[in-house]
Amino acid sequence: MKMLWFHLMPYLDLPEDFREKNPSVWVTIDSGLFDPVRAHAMYNDFMDELEYASQVGFDAICVNEHHSNGYGLMPSPNLIAATLARRTQDTAICVLGNSLALYNPPTRVAEEMAMLDCMSGGRLIAGFPVGTPMDTAYAYSQNPSMLRDRYREAADLVVKAWTTREPFAFNGRFNQQRYVNIWPRPIQQPHPPIWAPGGGSVETWDWCAQNDYCFCYLSYNGYKAAQTAMEGFWKVVDKLGKDRNPYRAGFLQFIGVAESRQQAIDLYTEPAEYFFGRSFHVDPRFAAPPGYTSEETQRAGLVGQIAMKRRNRGAEKMKEIIDNGYVVIGTPEDVVEQLREAATELNVGHLMLLLQYGNMNKELTNYNTRIFAEKVMPELRGLFSQWEDHWWPRPLPASQQQAPAPIGDGARKGGRNA
Amino acid sequence: MLESAGVETSIARIEGHDVRVWRKGRGPVVGYLAGFGGLPKWTPFLDRLARTRTVVAPSLPGFPGGGSWHAKLDTHLDWILAARQIVLASGLIGADLVAGSVGAALAAELAALWPDDVRCLALVSPLGVSDRVQPTTDMWAQRADELPGLLCVDPDVYTRFTAKPENADAIEWTVEQTRASEAGARFLWPLSDTRLASRLHLIKAPTLLLRGAGDRVLPNGALQQFRNALRCKAEVRSIAGAGHLAELDCPDAIADAILGWCESGGRHA
Repeated sequence: MKMLWFHLMPYLDLPEDFREKNPSVWVTIDSGLFDPVRAHAMYNDFMDELEYASQVGFDAICVNEHHSNGYGLMPSPNLIAATLARRTQDTAICVLGNSLALYNPPTRVAEEMAMLDCMSGGRLIAGFPVGTPMDTAYAYSQNPSMLRDRYREAADLVVKAWTTREPFAFNGRFNQQRYVNIWPRPIQQPHPPIWAPGGGSVETWDWCAQNDYCFCYLSYNGYKAAQTAMEGFWKVVDKLGKDRNPYRAGFLQFIGVAESRQQAIDLYTEPAEYFFGRSFHVDPRFAAPPGYTSEETQRAGLVGQIAMKRRNRGAEKMKEIIDNGYVVIGTPEDVVEQLREAATELNVGHLMLLLQYGNMNKELTNYNTRIFAEKVMPELRGLFSQWEDHWWPRPLPASQQQAPAPIGDGARKGGRNA
Repeated sequence: MLESAGVETSIARIEGHDVRVWRKGRGPVVGYLAGFGGLPKWTPFLDRLARTRTVVAPSLPGFPGGGSWHAKLDTHLDWILAARQIVLASGLIGADLVAGSVGAALAAELAALWPDDVRCLALVSPLGVSDRVQPTTDMWAQRADELPGLLCVDPDVYTRFTAKPENADAIEWTVEQTRASEAGARFLWPLSDTRLASRLHLIKAPTLLLRGAGDRVLPNGALQQFRNALRCKAEVRSIAGAGHLAELDCPDAIADAILGWCESGGRHA
C-alpha cells in the first residue's frame, strides 16, 4: 500500500470565537483575520513539514488547491510543488490538484504540470479535481451549470496537449485555441498519472473508471462515511468489467498517533476540534449551487461533504470526532488496525494521510509524522502487495536524476561574481 | 393540482425539446414568461389575468415544463434564440408580453431585438441589469429555509407555491425545482447582469416596470438604471406588500397594474 502525506495548509490563528462571530471560513471569510507576517512563518513551517514527511519515508507528499479559504492557504499548489521538487529527491509529488475549469486556457495546467514533472525528474502525480462549490462557483464565479462539462473538456485538452506531438487546433465547446503546442513537455510518457479527487458524484466514478484514472475520495468525514461512495465506484468498475485493483482508488484520513491512546487524545484534541469547529465552519448556503450536482447524483441521494457535515451537526467535540471516525486516533497498533480495516473495506491502495490539521504546530506535526512513519507505515506497507500500482509516477532512473547544488558560502563564492 | 380549472396544456416541439405551453382565458392574448423557479403550478395571478385576457404561458428551458434544454444553452445568444423560438411557437408575436425576474430579462431582450413583435411590455422585477455598487442578491447562495423569505414578503406564499402536490414523486419534484434554479443560474450567473442595459434603447413597446416594495433581490437602483436605459414610453411603479416574486405576493395588484397598462397601450406614460 502507498501512504501519502497530505497538507491542507490551514491558517493557524483563527480566533477562539471564530465560529460565533463569522458565518463562514470559506468565500466570505474576514480578510482582517489574515496576518501576512504570520503567514510567512506558517508557509515555511508547512513546507518544512512536507519535506520532513519526505525524509521519513512517505511515498508521496500532497498539495491541493483552495480559494478564499481559511483552512487551505494554497490558491496555487503548483508554487508549493515547485519548491518541493527542488527540496526532495525520491518522493512522489502529488498535486491534487488543479481545478481545471478555473484555468483559461486549461493548457496552462498542461504547461505547469509538465514543468513540475521535468523539475522533479518525473515524480509528478497530476490531480484533476472538479473543485468544490465554494472554490469554483463562488470564489471564482464559475457557472455551476457548466462546470462539469468545462472540466471534462479541459481534461481532454490537457491530455491531448501532453500526448500530441504536433501543434494542433482545439475547437471545443468552451475552449478554442488555434495553436496548442505546450513547451516544456512531461518526462512521464504518455503523461503523468492522473488522479481525480471527488466527493462522491456518480459522474466522477464513471469518468475515472472509464478512463482508468485513480478515483480519490476526499472526505473529512472518515472511512465509515466513505463506504457508500467507494462501493458506488467499485460497482461502476465491475460494470465495466475492469479489475478491482485497489490502486485505482485513494482515500483521505485524519490521523493522530502517540505512544498511548490517552496521550493521543491529549495531544490531538485541540487541533481536531480547531479543524472541525473553526477551519471547517462553512456556511451551508455555499454547499449546493444549482447544477453543481447532477440530476443523476441527486437521484442517487449522494450529498457533498458540507451538506453531510450539516447533517452531522455537533461533531465538533473530540468524542464525536472520534466516534464518527473523522480522526483515527490512538497508539500505533490502534491506528494500524483501523487503517487496515478502512483500506480493506474500502479497497483503497492509496492512503492520503492528514497528519497536520487545525492549529497543529510543526513540533507536534513532525511527531505525529515520525511515529506514523516508524511504527504504522511498516505494518501496512505489505497490504495489497499482490497488485501492481499502475497509477504511480515513473521517475527517471537515479543515474539521470539531478540534485540541486548546495547553497552555502562555497556556492555563493563560486557564483558569477566570484 | 398543477393546473387550475380551464387551463389547457399543449406541447411545442422545438429543436427536439418538448416545451409545455399553458393557455387559459378569453380575449386578446397576453404572453407570460415566469421568473425564478418558473411555474411548477398555475397561479392566482395568471387566473386574474385570464378573466379578461387569453393567457399563454410557455415554459422557458429548464423551468418546469421546459425539459433539460437549458443544458444545451452555453451562450447568451443561445438563450435569446431559444426564447425567440418559444414565443414564436406559442403564437405570441405581436401580443402583449408580461414577465418577471429571470423571465423578464429574456422578455426585454426579445422586445429589444424584435421591437415590432411586442405590443406592450410589462416587467416585474426584471433581472439582467445590475448595479455595480449594489449587485442583486445572490439567489443561488441561500439556505433552503431562507429562500422563501428572500423571494416573497410572505414566505408561506412561496412555500405553498413550491410544495409537492400529493400525487407528485418526491424526488422528481425536488429535481425539477433544482433544475429550474439551475436554468436561471446558467443564464444569469454570477451577477444577473447580461449587459442588457446596452440594448434596452432598442425597445419600442410601451414598458411598465413593476417592483415589489419589499423586493430583497433587485435593488431599486438597478431598476432605475433599467428605466434610464429605455427610450420608449415607460413607467416605474412600486407595489406595496410584494417581494421579488411580486406576482405571488400580490396577484391582484400586479395583474390590475398590468391590465391597465396594456389596455391603455401605455398611454398613461
